Amino acid sequence: MTPTDPVAFVDDRLRTSRPLKAVLRYVFPDHWSFLLGEMALYSFVVLVVTGTFLALFFDAGTSEVVWHGPYAPLDGAQVTTSYASALDLSFKVPGGLLFRQTHHWAALLFVVAITLHLLRVVYTAAFRKPRELNYLVGVLMLGLALLEGYAGYSLIDDLLSGMGLAIGWSVSMSIPLLGGAISTLIWDGPYPGGEAFLPRLFIVHVFIVPAVLAGLIGLHLAMIVRQHHTQFRGPGRREHNVVGSPMWPGYALRSLGWLAATSAVLVLLGGLVQINPIWQWGPYQPWLGENGAQPDWYLGWLIGALRLMPGFDVTAFGRTLVPNPFFGGLLFPTVVFGLLFTFPWLDRVAFTRDRAKHHLLERPRDNPRRTGFITAVVVWVATVFAFGASDRIFLALQISYDLQLWLFRALFFVAPVVAYVIARRWAEGLRRSGAHPLRGVQADVVLPPRQPADARVGSDAARREG
Amino acid sequence: MSRLLRMLTDLALARGVLRARHPPPEPEDHADPTRYDAGAPAWAELALVVLLLLCGACFAAFAVLLALAGDTQLLGATAGGGLALLAAALVLAGLRVAPRETAVEPREDAPEPEETAEDERLLGAVADGVSRRRLILGAAGIAGTGAILAAAAPVTALGPSARVLDESPWRRGVVLVDEEDAPVLADDLEVGAFITAFPRGADKRELGSPVVVVRVRPDELELPAARRTWAPEGLLAYSKICTHAGCAVSLFRYPTYEPGSSPPALACPCHYSTFDVRRAAAVVVGPAGRPLPQLPLAIDAQRQLVAGGPLSGSVGPAWWGTRRS
Repeated sequence: MTPTDPVAFVDDRLRTSRPLKAVLRYVFPDHWSFLLGEMALYSFVVLVVTGTFLALFFDAGTSEVVWHGPYAPLDGAQVTTSYASALDLSFKVPGGLLFRQTHHWAALLFVVAITLHLLRVVYTAAFRKPRELNYLVGVLMLGLALLEGYAGYSLIDDLLSGMGLAIGWSVSMSIPLLGGAISTLIWDGPYPGGEAFLPRLFIVHVFIVPAVLAGLIGLHLAMIVRQHHTQFRGPGRREHNVVGSPMWPGYALRSLGWLAATSAVLVLLGGLVQINPIWQWGPYQPWLGENGAQPDWYLGWLIGALRLMPGFDVTAFGRTLVPNPFFGGLLFPTVVFGLLFTFPWLDRVAFTRDRAKHHLLERPRDNPRRTGFITAVVVWVATVFAFGASDRIFLALQISYDLQLWLFRALFFVAPVVAYVIARRWAEGLRRSGAHPLRGVQADVVLPPRQPADARVGSDAARREG
Repeated sequence: MSRLLRMLTDLALARGVLRARHPPPEPEDHADPTRYDAGAPAWAELALVVLLLLCGACFAAFAVLLALAGDTQLLGATAGGGLALLAAALVLAGLRVAPRETAVEPREDAPEPEETAEDERLLGAVADGVSRRRLILGAAGIAGTGAILAAAAPVTALGPSARVLDESPWRRGVVLVDEEDAPVLADDLEVGAFITAFPRGADKRELGSPVVVVRVRPDELELPAARRTWAPEGLLAYSKICTHAGCAVSLFRYPTYEPGSSPPALACPCHYSTFDVRRAAAVVVGPAGRPLPQLPLAIDAQRQLVAGGPLSGSVGPAWWGTRRS
């Protein structure tokens, strides 16, 4: 034992050699779509690093100060310490603006990556037994990521975050029976809230949600390691094995490269592409508003739902019972997340009747009705999302707001049905032809999994005749 | 069309239930996917060295720029460039320099039934020889409920009760002032004008405070009979907080052209609820479920605008049981 041999040094004390060997030989199947989850993980890493830096300077307070700095329009303005410290980060702290903007871009990419990863998982049926638990953890993390992002951009107390908080307050108020009580508890009084509100939001944003997210990420990865990755069908790939690159050296180097690449894109965006210029929005006051205000992209489906809802409250005896924001702000996301959380069981009941364990993935074409259903839900949410940009559509295309409103209300019902039909037929066509959607027909077609190809062609032909 | 109907009924009836499927068969190839290629081409080793040197140079430049308080674009370009070079180096090392290997790892299969049974026996051992199991479980349930209640109780200390929500500082005779606390004069507002006003002496940030004051031609007004006197000389005041989701109703559309154009209306920029100012802020379009509360106006001897009474309804977003008017 020489001090120059760190592996032996650690092993001698902690008996690490056996687990270390298991880690180094852990096999990752190679497929580009498995990088989406890693992109989410690495965005989270960037968020933690940049967020830690920001937390060293940010002061989530509501007491008023006079800000002085190099930005002339706000020099001498009376603002809250939250807004003042965010201005300091943008104008005075060396590298502060780079960190702030990188943090914001990373938040956007974090949710993009989680969403794409979720789509990959549902379209390829990776959520099936034995992975239902890990799927639930993933959906939970998506919900937390939305909450975390909203809390983050609401902290700064600029005009845009104030408008977002007003909407959050209204949605919270609309909770049946308990809305008023819950909202005054959270906000420490009626809107815009007491002195405790922003510090509370700060703790939620920098401690509670990130800690829960970090724990869930650990759980997510631990469950993956326990069960090993899924893999697509291919030569030598079986239900009871994993074929791919071992962790060391190839996969670890490439994955660290992916971490560096994700960080590089985010830092370049943070340095070169302006995002959320809070000094242009100005400080928030409840009586101020701004036209063309848009939330971060991942809340677009909620602003769309709030805008799309016909104008009525549920009332009785001259009193409001269920105010309008309940439908777009609470009911709609509850339905969407309800679908997401129950999907592994819904899939079993509606599409497969299959209780067996699966480690080999399906391709979207392998279950056309499932593919149709997922596409219908995606298009349904995307329709609402698109209407969240209705004011931008008006500016860009000059389609009147009223016309768009009725158009999108119709699309809300029609688009998912059309999407179901098209996606299902597309999947059925691909399954029949054996073509790759992007590369066309190739020689090494993998046989469809459920039954021999000629049997399926026969049954399809029979169905067409019948 | 019939295909469409068939698909719809399929979806509605969840027809997959009727067509139970079997797990797919294992593929029947005998391919051995394992491989191991070691040895790096010279160009890859050289490129790796160049990438790493450039990467170090980029990060060093970033450090120098940061110390000099360089501008954000340069900082982003150097740090991001360094990371991009590092990414390229790592990917090159993984794909071309280090050995390329495809390996097969077995997957742990289904649990052994005996092991599961043994676990269940061990977990159940806690109640071995205990006869009053239900009684103990019930008592534990009561303890748990108590603990949950005790843990939840401090939550009520977070904020005040919801009763404070219905208050507004507007009373008969309160003078309207602008953001700088100067009284709003009737003659300062032309037809089509739009300003924000507050009750003198009140907290401007309270949702019940801000109102918009607009002026239209008196002959345009279509207020209900009970509100005829609320708009002297065509001056109207409404709560500025949207009854839908609490944003400031900060857009005023006053048509500058004549017949056929849209009515003069206030709009909220968050979800575009639009309120017709001539008709007591009735909702024209958008998700709001009730009009903006109206503030009766009067003009005093100094031509100042004063409130003729309280707001006509509760302000801003509603909650369970809010009075509508």
